[in-house]
Amino acid sequence: MVVSKMARLGRSANRIDMAGISIRFRLALPRAVRTIFLWAAALLVLLPLLMTLGASLMGKTELLENIAPILSGGSGMADLPLIPSLPTLKQYVTLLFDSPKFLTMFWNAVRLAVFIVVGQVIVGTLAAWGFARYRFPMRDGLFMGYIALMMMPFQVTLVPSFLVLDWLRLIDTAWAVILPGIFGTFAVFLLRQFFQTVPNELMEAARIDGAGEARVFVSVGLPLGMPGIASLCILSFLDTWNLIEQPMTFLRTQDKWPISLYLSKIGDTNVEVAMAASVLTLMPTLLLFFYCESYLVRGIQMAGLKE
Amino acid sequence: MQAIAKKKLAPYPAKQSGMRGARKQSAIGMLFVLPSLVGCLIFVIIPFADALRRSVTNGFTGAFAGLVYYREIFANASFLTALANTGRFIVLCVPMLVAMSLGLALLLTKSVWGRGALRASFLLPMAIPVASLALLWQLIFHRAGLMNNVLAALRISPIDWMRTDWALGCLVVSYLWKNVGYDMVLFIAGLGGISPSLYEAASVDGAGAWMQFTKITLPCLRPTLFTVVVLSLLGTFKAYREAYLVAGSYPQGSIYLIQHTLNNWFNALEIERLSAAAIVTALVILALVSVLNWTWRLDEDKVGG
Repeated sequence: MVVSKMARLGRSANRIDMAGISIRFRLALPRAVRTIFLWAAALLVLLPLLMTLGASLMGKTELLENIAPILSGGSGMADLPLIPSLPTLKQYVTLLFDSPKFLTMFWNAVRLAVFIVVGQVIVGTLAAWGFARYRFPMRDGLFMGYIALMMMPFQVTLVPSFLVLDWLRLIDTAWAVILPGIFGTFAVFLLRQFFQTVPNELMEAARIDGAGEARVFVSVGLPLGMPGIASLCILSFLDTWNLIEQPMTFLRTQDKWPISLYLSKIGDTNVEVAMAASVLTLMPTLLLFFYCESYLVRGIQMAGLKE
Repeated sequence: MQAIAKKKLAPYPAKQSGMRGARKQSAIGMLFVLPSLVGCLIFVIIPFADALRRSVTNGFTGAFAGLVYYREIFANASFLTALANTGRFIVLCVPMLVAMSLGLALLLTKSVWGRGALRASFLLPMAIPVASLALLWQLIFHRAGLMNNVLAALRISPIDWMRTDWALGCLVVSYLWKNVGYDMVLFIAGLGGISPSLYEAASVDGAGAWMQFTKITLPCLRPTLFTVVVLSLLGTFKAYREAYLVAGSYPQGSIYLIQHTLNNWFNALEIERLSAAAIVTALVILALVSVLNWTWRLDEDKVGG
């Protein structure tokens, strides 16, 4: 009540007044202090990433010399300069042209990610739309169950999952990772949060114009849910790209493993290659980020702007 | 926005279609959910039901064992430690993460130099592959690692980060580092959805910054907060991967999490105990979710439309 009264007051207020007030409000904390604080925090956050990048360009001898105390338990302290004294691309060349295993596993991971993300988007948007826009018996209880399932650690259903997949003859095929991935309930949870902000009036309007329920979903739900779908793509790609336990348990043949497992094994023996492999593995994610980031922020804002 | 407002005022009996077809509507809703439900049934719910069966069945004889295995695990010190550790990790992490990401979001919605680049910087850690993170951990938190190098420069005696209770601190820091960006973005989006006229009206009424924060910002962020808390909770369960990749099956005591127990029992083929522990874990999670749901009531009334 109070809020809506305030809103009415606000709308009737003079525009120039409003600008004045908001400028005064914004000056509460000086902009320079804010900028310096945020950039210091950001640099601290970025430091490990810069270190990885620097190490990936370092020659093997230089890197090993720097971190010898960690690897061999030798005396002294490890050090890792951000900028290598003799930068080299040798590790990258080795990985891209001399390591069929790296490329195979990279490709395996891409394939897993594409199937899982696309599948999640299809199954997830449908279910999320159902949960967000329709009433049916047991809906809220079921959705709570979905949230609980989403949080369940993989280990909880490890044994029976293995048996079910074995019974379906899927063990040691990519499908053993893809199918359970597609039906993960995270997609449903995330998209429902977005679909809930779609104004009811838009759906009613479409219905009045003679659209069937499927049509309402396609022409109202999907376009307005795009920011949610973009977020889902990023998050579910990240999840798939970092799968460790599932492929390790369900795929016996190493040639079928995704890149995440390659990375977790190579670190112990070839640190310099591992660093370069980390950077290369990061690349697809970065591309996706820069492609979708504006959606992440601007998108939800638009969906939230209903009164 | 104007189009919507017009439709609202139009003399159509908008309610009618909803009232008439209530049963049809509910059938359609279920139809939308069906594919997901069928898949869930096969790949999650049936396995889960099987785990429940195993937790009360003797694996050798197939006889009903009642709550024997539950009693066993609750007498098991490592299970109890793991449960307590996981709980402590969640209680430490989630509030800190929510506060930090909200703080960053509030700062970033004001005028600041290089806003887009800052936002991207905080998001980037999320993109680091988990396995690479494990390697970085070792470089930074090893006894002879970079962190102690910094301490040495400050003339502070070195700390064995990963083999003392500091390990928990390391895991918390890496969790915050990794997750703060996305929660921040969700908050920024949520903040952007609050109509500026609310703040302007409040200023006219003489409300101060703190008053505006507690009376406008926080209530309007409720639905976002729900999403953020749920995702943060989800993130705490994922932190196990880092602990596992850095320190293996038996890490330092303070970061021995529930998944470590489950994993180790799986490797030892203690299926009954594993199942019982899995069911207990599931019940705890269900309780957590119920509390969340009860607190927010699925944030229905706010966003339900």
